[in-house]
Amino acid sequence: MRKVQRMFSKLGAGCINKLWRLGAGARLFWLTLISSGESFRRFRLTVREVYFTGVLSLIIILVSAFFVGMVLALQGYHTLQKYGSSEAIGVLVALALVRELGPVVTALLFAGRAGTAITAEIGLMKATEQLSAMEMMAVSPIARVVAPRFWAGVIAMPILATLFTMVGILGGYLVAVPLIGVDAGAFWSQMQANVDWQYDILNGVLKSIVFGVACTMIALFEGYDAPPTAEGVSRATTRTVVTSSLAVLGLDFVLTSFMIAV
Amino acid sequence: MAQSIVEIKDLSFGYKGKLLHHGINMTFQKGKVVAIMGGSGSGKTTLLRLIGGQLKPTKGEVTVGGEVVHHQNREGIYRLRRKMGMLFQHGALFTDLSVFDNVAFPIREHTDLPESMIRDLVLMKLNAVGLRGAHALMPAELSGGMARRVALARAIALDPSIIMYDEPFAGLDPISMAVICDLIRSLNDVLGATSIIVTHDVEETFQFADYIYFVANGVVAAEGSPDELRNSELPFIHQFVHGEKDGPVPFHYAAPEYHASLLRGAR
Repeated sequence: MRKVQRMFSKLGAGCINKLWRLGAGARLFWLTLISSGESFRRFRLTVREVYFTGVLSLIIILVSAFFVGMVLALQGYHTLQKYGSSEAIGVLVALALVRELGPVVTALLFAGRAGTAITAEIGLMKATEQLSAMEMMAVSPIARVVAPRFWAGVIAMPILATLFTMVGILGGYLVAVPLIGVDAGAFWSQMQANVDWQYDILNGVLKSIVFGVACTMIALFEGYDAPPTAEGVSRATTRTVVTSSLAVLGLDFVLTSFMIAV
Repeated sequence: MAQSIVEIKDLSFGYKGKLLHHGINMTFQKGKVVAIMGGSGSGKTTLLRLIGGQLKPTKGEVTVGGEVVHHQNREGIYRLRRKMGMLFQHGALFTDLSVFDNVAFPIREHTDLPESMIRDLVLMKLNAVGLRGAHALMPAELSGGMARRVALARAIALDPSIIMYDEPFAGLDPISMAVICDLIRSLNDVLGATSIIVTHDVEETFQFADYIYFVANGVVAAEGSPDELRNSELPFIHQFVHGEKDGPVPFHYAAPEYHASLLRGAR
């Protein structure tokens, strides 16, 4: 009996803790939004963070994109050829990348590369009292540290996703046309005819902006909320990857269902 | 009587339902170097955070320049903090900024001074702590004592009227310790500021502090000038000042009876 009671109380405590964190995360999001003035007035601060989160993530994003594009073309060709429509390979690669793989894989890689760096940096700043020191100098750490990183993530993500899609298509082209021998004209013209500007491309960009908000905010919150110890920061970093990945995949489903319904 | 700049009145503070302080009263007079001493975990650093408005008292109040700190809104607290400088235990330097940029940080955040003037001010502050030559180094390249001095230069960058020190001597070699002691006294006198030092280093503090408060078990256990305290007959103060390992503060953390614990096999 006592065991059951303990199980329920543990479950309850876990749920309350999750709800509390959700509330604290929402509060930090709100505070970040209302403290964002400085990130734009002193845009230099944001640009610096765009460099750290965006430019330094370029290599992993572009190399992954290249391979993803090549694999897509290989797999796509293999299946399409059975139906005698191997010229549609260009459309397949482009649509898969523009609509789904570009935004989603970029966000997953971003969470692993930039998200963890943000969490660890802010967690360590907290552990070494740098955030407290800033508070005592009458400088708001949310305006000075959190908000520029948030906007940097929101700016960097769609750009990274667009580059991912472009390089992915290039990878697909290299496999489909020079390697397999699909007609180059068919590859590009089918793509041009079947990829819609608003329905495909803008929706893809919209997705990556939403993922940018989610991934960056999760990374910032985990860092800001991390217990100021080595163990606390390492756990927070792990949680950033797990939570961001789940959030991206869950949001992707929700966004896709809205976009298809509209 | 000298004017008091910070006052703690009947202050109680606690968290998670446990009171850390019960009814503390302290007065910090303008121009004085005042030390708050006590054992580890006696809530000394918490007092600095209460003065800086980072924590709210459970009961009682802290006033800075006649204004109650926890009655202020965010802007009010920030306005009060601009009069304060704080040196954190390990310096808390921004690791991504150079020594120069660390000291320039509060000046750049709070003023619109031209870069040439900021440069002069920063070099003056660094010169005051003897580290003008280290302005281009990064915090990772500094020793513990140097980092503490840079943090001190940053804390006084805006010429505060209250300077707070959190364990300024912890983990320093004797030379660095003597340098910091000397700096605390001379900066206080040159700036005409009030210094509040939280520490448990008896020797150094007794050399230069004007007044000392001893905090134990959440109350002010004793107060007075260094000479008065050195001659104090109070058992706790005697144990602390002379560093005796057993006395009113027991060597053993509260535990069940030793013999019984061993026999029962209980932990």
